[in-house]
Amino acid sequence: MSIKTYKEATWEAMKEEMLRDPSVYAMAEDIIGNGGSMGHYIGLGQAVGDENRVLDAPISETAIVASAVGAALAGMRPVIDMRFSNCLPVCMDELTNQAAKSRYMFGGQGKVHMVVRCPDGIMKMQGAHHTDCLEAWFAHVPGLQVVIPSSPAEGKGLLKSAIRNDNPVIFFEHKTLFKMEGEVPEEEYTIPIGKARVARDGKDVSIIVYGVMVSRALEAAKVLEQEGVSAEVIDLRTVSPWDKETVLASVRKTGRVVVAHEAVRQCGFGAELSATIGEEAFASLKTPVVRIGAPFVPIPMSPHLEDMCRTLPKDIISAVKRVLS
Amino acid sequence: MEKIVYSKEQARELYEKMATIRYFEACIKHDSLAGEIPGFVHLYIGEEAIATGVCAALRQDDMIESTHRGHGHCIAKGADVNRMMAEIYGKETGLCQGRGGSMHIADFSIGMLGANGVVGGGYNLAAGAALANKAVLKNDKVSVVFFGDGASNRGTFHEAMNVASAWKLPVIFVNEMNCWASTTPYRATCNVENISDRAKGYHIPGVIVDGQDVFAVYEAAKAAVERARSGEGPTLIEAKTYRIEGHFVGDPELYRKKEETLKIFQDTDPLRIFRQKKILPDAECNEIEARCEEAIRKAKEYALSCSYPDAESFMKYVYVD
Ligand SMILES: Cc1ncc(C[n+]2csc(CCOP(=O)(O)OP(=O)(O)O)c2C)c(N)n1
Repeated sequence: MSIKTYKEATWEAMKEEMLRDPSVYAMAEDIIGNGGSMGHYIGLGQAVGDENRVLDAPISETAIVASAVGAALAGMRPVIDMRFSNCLPVCMDELTNQAAKSRYMFGGQGKVHMVVRCPDGIMKMQGAHHTDCLEAWFAHVPGLQVVIPSSPAEGKGLLKSAIRNDNPVIFFEHKTLFKMEGEVPEEEYTIPIGKARVARDGKDVSIIVYGVMVSRALEAAKVLEQEGVSAEVIDLRTVSPWDKETVLASVRKTGRVVVAHEAVRQCGFGAELSATIGEEAFASLKTPVVRIGAPFVPIPMSPHLEDMCRTLPKDIISAVKRVLS
Repeated sequence: MEKIVYSKEQARELYEKMATIRYFEACIKHDSLAGEIPGFVHLYIGEEAIATGVCAALRQDDMIESTHRGHGHCIAKGADVNRMMAEIYGKETGLCQGRGGSMHIADFSIGMLGANGVVGGGYNLAAGAALANKAVLKNDKVSVVFFGDGASNRGTFHEAMNVASAWKLPVIFVNEMNCWASTTPYRATCNVENISDRAKGYHIPGVIVDGQDVFAVYEAAKAAVERARSGEGPTLIEAKTYRIEGHFVGDPELYRKKEETLKIFQDTDPLRIFRQKKILPDAECNEIEARCEEAIRKAKEYALSCSYPDAESFMKYVYVD
């Protein structure tokens, strides 16, 4: 094990997969200049000994996505980077019609093995055009897979799996994750898509989260422990497909559930979780599921208003207190 | 074209606008580096002559669509710098009540229909406003959309040029050819030397103008505005300029050499080029600059003195009540 940032760990994932498989290539706007929006591709072409597999793109998101779909159908494994989530809406046809449906519609003739990396979430005063968490949009589309890592080690293992996976994957990476440090195994490893992880064992309440919310939930769980509450934290890792068994097992154990995300609460992925728990584990529930997320508002720039859109450990703690009461 | 003789008053106005933008941006740069404005800010330093020259050819009721690098457009169109500064600081008295900030600043009262965090988001909005004014409201207002060289690679550019040409809309496409799209040199991702060449494909005039010369920009804009107002349709103006600052404040600029940029600035600074024309004596230019500097100092004081929006107003404006 060694300590690495998320940026370093995922850079290694890119490098290892590009060395392992010559059909993997990376494309993004500004991938050469500053090495991508977070500097997370710096030196990648050199490191894999092939600068032609790290490609600068024009500000043409539709071309970036659709060319990746085409390249995938022709046998390549593109990894494209949208630099922030609000670039996704400008290429919705390419994602939700072309990438998502090509395999099914054409009777399984082709494979759209591509990864769309996509930094998202609130950092600091970037305003409404740069901060949305859109995972629920894409989890609603049959054919797409949605992966949301929570730490450097998770990011590396999941990115490697996403690249090897034969389906189109939207890979959301919270912007604040890139500087996060954590232990990363030295040896080769991957993390399967669709398998959740129990990030912390507990018996009183299940906190179901993914992405940046995992570390926030763990922080909340620590505080709760001091107050005598044993919270279990489930890191979903992927929201499409999502690991119903692990979630339901936890719910059956604790009987109380908090579901939390940074995305807007209304029609967020929490709604799917909450509904499924209600449908399939109703008898185990001691209290109704509590679902938290951002208010139904475009993220304002002004700092205090922006803060009201974050879902922080304190919000998780008060949600847990609600399910316990 | 007939040679325009500028009155001292006109020249003063142009210089004052450019200097206001310059000092505004210098202040924003300083405050942003000091961490007082933690959001993304993109500066217009070195490109002042474009917004100034174009907006000088517009009436207040004409409309503009701006970009992520929009402070200059906003000032040139006539926005109050106090309320702009307050907006960038996220204050209640800001033009958008603190909800938008630098990248989403707007002032509808003067036809400034918004900066845009999405590159290439403005073209078709400008075309739509022009369509409404021409076809439905039947007035003679024109729309201008500013856009970068990088933004010309968005499909929306081509769609807007097509509809504007097909429907002969009163839209002026003003390209700010500053040679860089973020960290990428223009020609690295585009095989067309001049963006104005694109006009041919849509059967509209394409004009190249020196974007550092406010008079040249004004004259090109004036001709395009006349054409648009008289119902002849759109024009594409390419203003050659250079992005002097990093893409955003805090850009590590790994992709170019600072000395080269500074050298370009020395040779092309639009304020210097204006002075070299000797239309106004240097002493007067100095006075104007001192006034602008003071106005910006006061704008910052104003912004700092204002309060943040009240938490209770948080959900206001998501929908019309
Ligand atoms: C649709 C979209 N793609 C990418 C970005 C990220 N981005 C913001 S500004 C910028 C560069 C814009 O370059 P250009 O249009 O030349 O304008 P300049 O910044 O040079 O004024 C990029 C890529 C974005 N905001 N929106």
